[in-house]
Amino acid sequence: MNFWLQIFANPELYAATLAMATPIALAAVGGTFSERTGVVNIAMEGIMLVGAFFGVMVAAATHSAWLGMFGGVIAGGLMALALAWPAIRLQSDQVVVGMALNVFAGGLTAFLLNTVYGYNGTPTSTPSLPIVTLPWISNIPFIGQVIGQHDVVVYLMFLFVILGHFTLFHTNLGLRMRAVGEHPEAAETVGISVVKIRYLGVMIGGMLSGLAGVYLSLGMLSSFDVNMTNGRGFIALAAMIFGKWTPFGAFGAALLFGFATALSISLQGSGVSANLIGILPYALTIIALTGLIGRSRPPAADGLPYVATK
Amino acid sequence: MPLYAVLTGLILGGVIMAIAKYNPFAAYAALFSGAFGSPTAIGNTLAGAVPLILAGLGIAVAFRTGLFNIGAEGQYWVGAMAAVWVGYHFPTMPWIVHVPLALGAAMLAGGIWGGVIPGLAKAFVGAHEVITTMMMSYIAILIAHFMVENGPMMAPGYVPQSPTVAASATLPPILPAVFLNSNLSDGFFIAVAAIVVVHIVLFHTTLGYKLRAVGFNARAARYAGMNVPLYTVLALGVSGVLAGLAGGVQLLGVDFQLTDTFQSGYGYTAIVVALLARNNPIGIFFASVFFAALSAGSQIMQINAGVSANMTDVITGIIIFFVATDRLYGYWSQKMRPHRPSSTAAIISGKGESPQ
Repeated sequence: MNFWLQIFANPELYAATLAMATPIALAAVGGTFSERTGVVNIAMEGIMLVGAFFGVMVAAATHSAWLGMFGGVIAGGLMALALAWPAIRLQSDQVVVGMALNVFAGGLTAFLLNTVYGYNGTPTSTPSLPIVTLPWISNIPFIGQVIGQHDVVVYLMFLFVILGHFTLFHTNLGLRMRAVGEHPEAAETVGISVVKIRYLGVMIGGMLSGLAGVYLSLGMLSSFDVNMTNGRGFIALAAMIFGKWTPFGAFGAALLFGFATALSISLQGSGVSANLIGILPYALTIIALTGLIGRSRPPAADGLPYVATK
Repeated sequence: MPLYAVLTGLILGGVIMAIAKYNPFAAYAALFSGAFGSPTAIGNTLAGAVPLILAGLGIAVAFRTGLFNIGAEGQYWVGAMAAVWVGYHFPTMPWIVHVPLALGAAMLAGGIWGGVIPGLAKAFVGAHEVITTMMMSYIAILIAHFMVENGPMMAPGYVPQSPTVAASATLPPILPAVFLNSNLSDGFFIAVAAIVVVHIVLFHTTLGYKLRAVGFNARAARYAGMNVPLYTVLALGVSGVLAGLAGGVQLLGVDFQLTDTFQSGYGYTAIVVALLARNNPIGIFFASVFFAALSAGSQIMQINAGVSANMTDVITGIIIFFVATDRLYGYWSQKMRPHRPSSTAAIISGKGESPQ
């Protein structure tokens, strides 16, 4: 009993939860934008990897973590373009293209790591993104320890979750996006360009996934490692579904999954298996999909190619 | 069309290597000799094709029924877990009973994991099988790691590994005098037999006809009186059975014990195999040998030509991309003509080519 109290009363656990939830939430909100406009995005894992690698590459070359972040986000957007174009213009199967991008990104980043940096890995002089200490808040006991001091991307994540919710549900653009994802024919009839909106949705998704990758490589560390996303892109996919394709829902799910990871870290060496705790996100997703705790339903036109009728 | 995708992948891979200042011809020559340069290399390439053939057949059966089993990797791990448990749990059992029992357990486990759970979820509450099979796959891999790291399957000692299976549960090597020290086991014959069986079932039985009918047009099949939920569960079940068998054969023929580093990734590559072969059982044989050769040759390419072995993943990614975007080839020339339905969707549901 005392053992569990000690673990759960430690503010470090919740600070770590927030840190672990950040990349998942960013990618999940990005995926929400993509799928709300009707393009299935299972490529978050690969896009994150590319964002993480090019973030480090640009940061190491320019000695600026901010430029690195910019580079990673742009790289993520370009990768997303490789999903958007076949999905929108060629009516390709979006799941298969997403899978191709994941395999390609894993191979490309590992190949470039070996080719550009050799076996020593990325330069140790690579700068990392700054850690921000919030004035006032960081002095509040407990709460300050949980949210008062984090990498700058953690606070950006809060910003994008709120901005994402506002955009999707309280702006004209968001209404258009949702219309395109639910009923593209009807949207086209009232003069909305399905193609443009879908490109926008997928690109926003790619840039947010790229930022998630940058957080892993320039936020948590200042280096890139082969396959360093380690399945987080797929957990983000799960968070997006568990969050019922809404930014706040995705954030909540990311917090839950981040908590599972943080808990398994703090339980290391205590005999409780991290592998078993790691099952949680996936099991919850299946439960959410089978409707045991409220059905999770995708946008009606999610994954369906749209062919304009002249 | 798939041949174009392969050629495009190899050419673009070569371009990337050339940009990185490697000699692509030397790299491909090293790759080829690593895959086919000696009897041992050939044996290892064929051995690598075995799990790809089995899991690829499973994925193809699901595709033919209009279902995407993206979780073959997990079904493969579950099959390996079941096989190793039967393999080490009964130390004294005749070969003729032990091997079928272990493989049967692998098939059953894979079938339940891939078919019964995602299949029922799809058939009765409409949960998309891409997500459920993927999530089940991750759960399976985590359970397998738990089993050998600190779970009930961990062998005595501190190394995360299961006990080794009894000799009576192993698949013997094929012509060990020819394929010296290679991994080629009798599992190869099982894979070839599976190709024949799947081919006959799909194209020469009522069951196969009904599965394909559901894949071709589920709504029409329902109006024709077919029990669509039943065939959904059945197709995902058969898919899981074959992926589970792949795991069992790999374990009893090559690895003999389950470890954290158990040869994995076959379940994902098998998806590419099925796509490239357009779900044709015989095509799956050649596609499997191709990807097994890429994988086997990549190590030699790294050693002899200095090109990182991950280059083959880049090539694989490009190939899948071009299989999915095969409309690209007609994109510019046919820009003026009216659109036709997605051809990848046609591949997935087996509409892409006439069955025999």
